Amino acid sequence: MLQVENLSVSFHTRMGSTQAVDNVSFGVESGKITAIIGESGSGKSVACYSLLGLVPCPPGRIDSGTALFEGTDLLALSEHELRAIRGRDIAMVFQDPMTCLNPYMTIGKQLMEPLMYHQGVSTAQARTRALELMQEVGIRDPESTFDNFPHQFSGGMRQRVMIAMALINQPKLLIADEPTTALDVTIQAQILQLLADLQTRHDIGIIFISHDLSVVADIADDIIVMEKGRVVESGNRDAIFETPSHPYTQKLLAAIPTGHKDSAASTADPLLRVNNLCTWFGEGDKTVKAVDDVSFNILHGEVLGLVGESGSGKSTIGRSLLRLVPATSGTITFDDIEVTQLSARPMKDLRRRMQIIFQDPFASLNPRMTVHDTLAEPLLLHGIVNRKNVSQAILKLMDDVGLARDVARKYPHEFSGGQRQRIAIGRALATRPEFVVADEPVSALDVTIQAQILQLMLELGKEYGLTMLFISHDLAVVREVADRILVLYQGKIVEEARSEALFTDAKDAYTQRLLQAIPGRSLLTGIS
Amino acid sequence: MWRFIGIRLLQAIPVIIAVVTVTFFLVRVAPGGPFDGEKAVMPEVKAALEAQYRLDQPMLQQYAAYMGDLARGDLGPSFKYPGRSVNELIAAGLPVTAELGLYALLVAVIIGGLAGVIASLKPNTAQDYIPMSAAMIGICMPSFLLGPILLLVFGIYLEWLPVSGWGDIPGDKILPAITLGSTYAAYIARLSRAGMLEVLNQDYIRTARAKGLPEWQIVVKHGLRGGMIPVVAFLGPAFAGVLAGSFVVETIFQIPGLGRFYVQAAFNRDYTMILGTTVFLSTLIVLFNLLSDILAAWMNPRLRAQFGKR
Repeated sequence: MLQVENLSVSFHTRMGSTQAVDNVSFGVESGKITAIIGESGSGKSVACYSLLGLVPCPPGRIDSGTALFEGTDLLALSEHELRAIRGRDIAMVFQDPMTCLNPYMTIGKQLMEPLMYHQGVSTAQARTRALELMQEVGIRDPESTFDNFPHQFSGGMRQRVMIAMALINQPKLLIADEPTTALDVTIQAQILQLLADLQTRHDIGIIFISHDLSVVADIADDIIVMEKGRVVESGNRDAIFETPSHPYTQKLLAAIPTGHKDSAASTADPLLRVNNLCTWFGEGDKTVKAVDDVSFNILHGEVLGLVGESGSGKSTIGRSLLRLVPATSGTITFDDIEVTQLSARPMKDLRRRMQIIFQDPFASLNPRMTVHDTLAEPLLLHGIVNRKNVSQAILKLMDDVGLARDVARKYPHEFSGGQRQRIAIGRALATRPEFVVADEPVSALDVTIQAQILQLMLELGKEYGLTMLFISHDLAVVREVADRILVLYQGKIVEEARSEALFTDAKDAYTQRLLQAIPGRSLLTGIS
Repeated sequence: MWRFIGIRLLQAIPVIIAVVTVTFFLVRVAPGGPFDGEKAVMPEVKAALEAQYRLDQPMLQQYAAYMGDLARGDLGPSFKYPGRSVNELIAAGLPVTAELGLYALLVAVIIGGLAGVIASLKPNTAQDYIPMSAAMIGICMPSFLLGPILLLVFGIYLEWLPVSGWGDIPGDKILPAITLGSTYAAYIARLSRAGMLEVLNQDYIRTARAKGLPEWQIVVKHGLRGGMIPVVAFLGPAFAGVLAGSFVVETIFQIPGLGRFYVQAAFNRDYTMILGTTVFLSTLIVLFNLLSDILAAWMNPRLRAQFGKR
């Protein structure tokens, strides 16, 4: 249905030129799901956007290529002709349903818009059709939500609206750009299922762009792997997963967290005891019980996984432990010190022993401080070393986290996401803490980088003798690093189990649902 | 919503009291008084006049009396226009100034909004630089310079438009409105450019493109609503500013509005007139700020929902 040949797209700015897509050829068959896989910057999105003229030119430029869509070369069409195809024959679903719907327009209007524009139908007809589709994509009670604004819907529901909007003109091809990346894992599973169902029912072709092979493992028919603007391998799903021929594909597959940590039941004493912890926000009827009566222990040297979806309170627990947010009630005992009631001076000492690594290494590092300054601050503040020896200590830290020594004077924006997370880990380890909260430390990273950072954290954990609370929404990741796992749901712990037991013998219904939702479950080792 | 309005109105009371108090004592500190004219006045006559207007009483007592009157909405008698109250004088000047202000704002919104939107469509090209440079000139050009220039070019050399008056000859309202509105047009151009640029880079604009909508529909239907919120928020302070700042234009074009009364009152040491106009304008500023805040919030569905809940 779609045959792309020798497509090259480049970007030209004052900073220089980059070849985003380099001589790419691929085909998409009607009635199949074709996944385009690649890490950030691999050109997967640019390649698809350029087919529809959605790459801003300038700075973008389509250098060469043809894209035959049912006999028409999309790249040779004028903007006017292309507009007739966009949204009618080829529709798109984007990554973040929070930002991709117009917040000032009701979803009903947004749904009807492409239908009325392309087919000139009346408002009444458009409304009927929109309501039908809302029903079909699983939006409850379409009649009463038709005139609602996007902010009144959850992320999953918004993505359903996006999908309905894309399907309203019965397109022949749907391009879905990371359509589940911004969603919780159970919602992701639902949306994947929905896309697969709609694909068969409407017999459309789907291009599914993703950075994550495991997401498409269950739904893709064909897979195209891109790296640095080139297609390195393509073939049907089984061939890619079972006999990948290109080293990059092999690397991507190897980076998917599939294994589990081998650990024996620990007999160590608890380093941290949490009893009946509550952290509530707001007052009166607006109270949000982010953490609601939670009790657990973390043993010396243990990695405790904390798993839950967005809004489950997992980050709030991590922050409450370090008193970055005040606990409403309950006790937190760290090495026989009661944390919740501590006064400022002993608290400062305690902060040296308890550290945190945040999710987003782009936001959590001060953009105006060099690596050297970022690492020097905790070292000097807590008197770990004196000014004379600080440079030496910093170089040692940089070696430990795998940063080249000559980058010490650089600023955060000069680093990639993975390198920044190394800096953040270095900052956390600078004070030689006994306990570290790692709050989604790899969620913002590409899969291959994610694997490296996880490896680094496990090694450093051993070397520094760390006890760790590892917070993540991703069960496959937690399974690789944690000894024990807590499952959190709406502020409460619903299950606590040793890592392996959780995956083979989950007791709680919500845990089971989470496990079912893991994308590419079939890839995980030792799971039936 | 009502709670929010109520709180804002209550907050306005101390602001206005502070404005009145400071103005009251400031005008008294200035040398001279309302009856120190060039013509010598007999001491007995002056004393009688001062007694009539309570000027012989101690300052604090005068202040208390004025505040008492003010609380009843009475701004007192004018010193310079015997027999007329400040309320009457404001009522006479206000319609003219309000009309002038309204036209000026219309000019500002249309010209400024258009320039800003046009500039935002192709940032950092000639289509952006030309209107934005014009806006910069508009901000820098004081109305006492722009007014006479327009007057010379369109009134005297080209003889297209009348040079003075208000509502006497058709077209005599055009030049004052442009003169007064140009500064605000320039601010609005910059605000709407920034607002539109931000909105046009949002993901939902890409969604609209992917729907196949033509560019003008994307800008009008998906862009303007969000992009104009900062402009709406600015309109309140702008309208108050237009009212307060109209005296230069009113003087240039001989318009009998509030602004001219205000300036004359200051020269004449017409204490009650100065105070009255100040109180009136500061109340308007507070009210219009509130109004535009409400309007801007209303335009954002998320904030509107919060309003409903309160």
